[in-house]
Order: sequence, then structure tokens, then C-alpha cells
Amino acid sequence: MDPAAAKYIGAGLAAIGTGAAGIGLGTLFGHFLAGALRNPSAADGQRGTLLLGFALTEALGIFALLIALLLLFAV
Amino acid sequence: MKTTSNKGATVAAEGHGHSPIEQFEIRELLPINIFGIDASLTNSGAYMLVALGLIVGFLYFSTGGRSLVPTRLQSISELLYEFVANTVRENVGNQGMQFFPLVFSLFIFVLVLNLLGMIPIPGITFTVTSHIAITASLALMVISIVIFYGLYKHGLGFFKIFVPSGVPLALYPLLIPIEIISFISRPISLSVRLFANMLAGHIALKIFAGFIGVLLGAGAWAILAPLPLALTVALTALEVLVAVLQAYVFAVLTCIYLSDAVHGSH
Repeated sequence: MDPAAAKYIGAGLAAIGTGAAGIGLGTLFGHFLAGALRNPSAADGQRGTLLLGFALTEALGIFALLIALLLLFAV
Repeated sequence: MKTTSNKGATVAAEGHGHSPIEQFEIRELLPINIFGIDASLTNSGAYMLVALGLIVGFLYFSTGGRSLVPTRLQSISELLYEFVANTVRENVGNQGMQFFPLVFSLFIFVLVLNLLGMIPIPGITFTVTSHIAITASLALMVISIVIFYGLYKHGLGFFKIFVPSGVPLALYPLLIPIEIISFISRPISLSVRLFANMLAGHIALKIFAGFIGVLLGAGAWAILAPLPLALTVALTALEVLVAVLQAYVFAVLTCIYLSDAVHGSH
């Protein structure tokens, strides 16, 4: 296979990982919303945990995006 | 670094021939050579000095008055102090307050460097935390402090953190390697998380900003140019949020790792 083609295919495959992070973020915010609607008074206290979870989950998607971008521009 | 084969794609994505990773280039500003060691002032070092100056200057002047009823600037410093102090207290406990200066310095340093990188200055803008050399140094410093303080406080009992409590003996051969691997991967994930977020965020910003130029130069398609512009504005807002969040995450994870060293086995 042409190395350039393999690189682009690899970048595309790596970008699938961002979708997986999307699933994680959906679960995170969906569950937060479900809990927050059940008990709105407790929701404010958990906003910090929510943002922490957001940053940790999003970072995993960013790892995948990073591999894709490195394949595209740096390798 | 770049082969000719991907140059076409890069130019197509950019429109101007600027590579999106050009912004991460380290340039020498002031060559300094100490006994054969290259200690030149680079744009990375200059940015760190500016950040240091901003932090020290702001904290010095805002708390200089030390009034009982804080002025506006003083209350910003006090809010920052309380925010980090609460984070340390929640995650490490009151014993952990001896590490407050470390966590506060790390948080404010990473925060200011992240935010300075978000200020666009043509030809100068540089994000120090987008280099793994910087983030890995910070992470290694944190993990060394965890190991040395843990050994100093608990002696060899510190290694009990690798032994999960309340688990049948038969599972030890399986769980102890997992705990050791998870401990070793801590500095890696701590540094890669920060550097990858900054790197990928700034590359994405530059690529979407490049689309504006491509569309403006594409005749009738220029009518679509506001779309990537709106996206770039939204991405900038997201990046500012990420810059603050990643600094916070770095501080919180530092606290969680320090809590292992302070409290020993879990």
C-alpha cells in the first residue's frame, strides 16, 4: 500500500476514538441531567464533579484526535 | 519532518501553505551557552518568564494592601486562594495543606500559560503547555514528590498502596501488577492529557480558521465563509473553557496522587 494512503486511513481510523468519547460524554451529561432533574437542589453541588468528569472523558477523545492530527501533519 | 506527499493535503486544508503545527515551533531568542549546555532563551522560556511576572506581579500588588475588607483585586486573589485551598482540603484533607503552595503554584502556572496561549498575537503566540517536555517535567515532579514523601512518611509501608485491601489473597497476583501499572501510567496520563488537549485544541482552531481563508478565496463559495468563522468563535470559547478546566484537572489529580502519599494504603 502507498504509505501516504496508509497514513490517511490510519488517521481516519484514529478519529473513530473521538466518537467513543462522544458516547462517554453523552452518558456523563445524560446521567447528570437525570439525577439533577430528580433532585435539583443537589445538582449545584455536583457541578464541579461534572466538569471534572467532562475534562477527563474529553481528554480521551482528544488523545485519539491527537493521533489522527499527528498522522496527518507531523509524521 | 514533513514529506512531500502530505504537503498537498496540508495546503488544501490551510489555504495559505502554513502548517497548523507551525505555531508550536520553538525559536531561539537569546543564545546562551553555559559550559557547553545550550541554555538559550527560547520563545517558550520567554512565555514562562512573562507568565511568572504576571503571576507574581498580580499576587504581589493585589495582596499588597492587606485590607480587612478586600478591594476588588484583593478579592480575586482571595477567591483563587480559597478555591485551591478547598480543592486541597477536599481531596487530601487538612494534613495535605502542607502541599498547598505546590498545588497553588502548579494550578496558577498551568492556568496562566494555557490562557496566555489563547491570546492571538500574529507570529508570537505560543502555548508552552502544548509541549510534552514541559507537561512531563511538571508531572514527573509531582510523582517524584508523591514517591519521596510517601517513602519518607510511611517507609516501606508506602508500597502497601499497591495492595488493594479487602480482596481475597488469590487475586493478589492479578491485582498487584494492575495497581503497579496504573501507578506508573499516572505521570504519563497526567502529562499527555494536558499537552494533548492544548495541542489538539490549537491545531483544530487553526484548521477551522484556515477554512475561512479557503472559502473566501473560492469565488461564489465565499458566501459560506461565515460558517467556519462562527465555528472558530465557538471553538475559541470551548478552548478557553478547556484551558481553565485542564489546569483545574491537573491540580485535582495532583491532590489525589498526593493523598496516596499522605494517607498511605487505601
